[in-house]
Amino acid sequence: MGCCVPETPGRNAIEVRGVRKVFGAGEAQVAALDTVSVSIRENEFFTLLGPSGCGKTTLLRLIAGFDFPSAGEIMLYGEDIAPLPPFKRPVNTVFQSYALFPHMSVAQNIGFGLEMLGKPKDQVKARVAEMLKLVRMEALANRRTSQISGGQQQRVALARALAPQPKVLLLDEPLSALDYKLRKEMQIELKRLQSETGITFIFVTHDQEEALTMSDRIAVMSSGKILQVGTPRDIYDRPAERFVADFIGETNFLKAEVTGAANGRATVKLSSGVEIPASLPAGFSPSGKVTIVVRPEHAHLVAGNEKASLSGIVENVVYLGTDTHFHLKLDDGDAFIVRRQNARGGPVDLAQGDRAGIIIGGDAAQVLKD
Amino acid sequence: MARGFSIKHQPGFTAIAATCFAVLYMPIIVLVAYAFNASSSTSEWGGVSLKWFQSAWNNDQVVDATLRSFQIAATAAILATIVATMAALATTRTAPYPGLTFKYAAINQPLMVPEIVTGVALLIFFSRIKIFSGYSGLGYLIAAHTAFCIPFAYLPIRARLENMDLTLERAAADLYATPLKTFRHVTLPLLWPGILAGLMLAFVISLDDVVITEFVKSGGQDTLPTYMLGQIRRGITPEINAISTAFLLLSIVIVTLFFFISRKRD
Repeated sequence: MGCCVPETPGRNAIEVRGVRKVFGAGEAQVAALDTVSVSIRENEFFTLLGPSGCGKTTLLRLIAGFDFPSAGEIMLYGEDIAPLPPFKRPVNTVFQSYALFPHMSVAQNIGFGLEMLGKPKDQVKARVAEMLKLVRMEALANRRTSQISGGQQQRVALARALAPQPKVLLLDEPLSALDYKLRKEMQIELKRLQSETGITFIFVTHDQEEALTMSDRIAVMSSGKILQVGTPRDIYDRPAERFVADFIGETNFLKAEVTGAANGRATVKLSSGVEIPASLPAGFSPSGKVTIVVRPEHAHLVAGNEKASLSGIVENVVYLGTDTHFHLKLDDGDAFIVRRQNARGGPVDLAQGDRAGIIIGGDAAQVLKD
Repeated sequence: MARGFSIKHQPGFTAIAATCFAVLYMPIIVLVAYAFNASSSTSEWGGVSLKWFQSAWNNDQVVDATLRSFQIAATAAILATIVATMAALATTRTAPYPGLTFKYAAINQPLMVPEIVTGVALLIFFSRIKIFSGYSGLGYLIAAHTAFCIPFAYLPIRARLENMDLTLERAAADLYATPLKTFRHVTLPLLWPGILAGLMLAFVISLDDVVITEFVKSGGQDTLPTYMLGQIRRGITPEINAISTAFLLLSIVIVTLFFFISRKRD
């Protein structure tokens, strides 16, 4: 339940230990990273997710070597790389702006890293051909980078960063400049490249959908801190903090009171007086008043208010094609949204102004730490 | 206002533009025309002839001054461009810090200090050195020209550097290029049009200089402009027109050459 990737304690490719990054001095000092520790496993597609200014790009830049931490260690397979300049780190980056060399052809761009490493010419040529094939750009090898489309530039940037076979590939919001359809395509393409090359990917994005689609694990960041690390399912179904629950997907927040807790499960009493089971964040045993979250698609609506966990009035019904959102005003005044998937010929029962009950299933509720 | 404002439709615009162009170009056209004058006057037309070009070509002093001018301009332009490139890199490849604006001003000082002041200062300064060292070669002129050419070389190079995406250098470093290799394979090729522009500008500025050269030169070190100035004092012949025309042609060639080089690069 709740997990799609088995928790195999594989080798760690990157270990970030107590890293702080402070910009400015004195009064104007700002901590872009506030003592962050995280382990990224070998062959993992790891995503740093958060709003702009949360420190995700700073962390990526520290791993790449474009900046140096104010404190802490960054271990790459057990070796501290934090003090090394970027050209001495076996780590490559795909930049948000791609940063392709405009005075070189596609093939020259891809071969650049290997040339700089002093690899023999024939070896460089073979590897470039291999990379061109991997990103399906063979036909455009001799084009200037200004003569190819945005999506193609993206592929060249990927091939260029993968060509020297880095131990870790860093991707700094590489899909943000693409249009929606191309972005969807590239998400699948990235996933394919990662599994074909077996290289550890660290992907930075502010797009929660992108993060959920591609990642093996996600670290949600806010204000220079990592709030939660877990599989997309963990993060979505079992958010530990309000920020995580709010940032990813739509959520209903409910006031509740803990009446009993054991083994990561709790019984909470809702404002209606009904008691329901809820999951607890790892290592957290609350008592008294708490906030719980319920995803809109994890609750069901029934007409009237029999047998329901909560009840209220339907204030708005929003038809969205694939599903319908019912906006309810609960009896205690709070808002609650229920999402129901539409089926052809399905019952059109509830309308604005109707009284409805909400059933929260056995595994739908999650207690938050804050 | 439906048609939008266009300055072309303002009364008198065409007349003012025509007057400006006439004032700008008529003297030059007249100068060029009289270079082909057969008579020895610069104001009375005596038929078409190339004799003044021939006379200039056979005048050893003119040839001497021309070669000296080129020697100084080429050396000064190259030195100034090297220094300017380093200065441009140093002033653009750092985070802004207090005092940076002062450095810009210091580098561009020759643009702001009147040439006559620099000329007098150098005359006094160099005369002491000449006495102590006994050296009185072209070195003084080259040093002076290099100094006032630096801002002219610096400005286009800095403009180019500021427009260059810093991420490119970061990408090179990320792909195992040491700082030196990054400069050689990424920065320099992308900076090249700026460097060429700086070089050509410095060359033309040095070639053209009169004031500082007049003060700094020792006896027998006339450049083409100071030679021409000296000639005019003694009485003027269309030979001066012929030299000026050749000079003009050369400038046009240099500017055109640069235009094509920079366009090909982009």
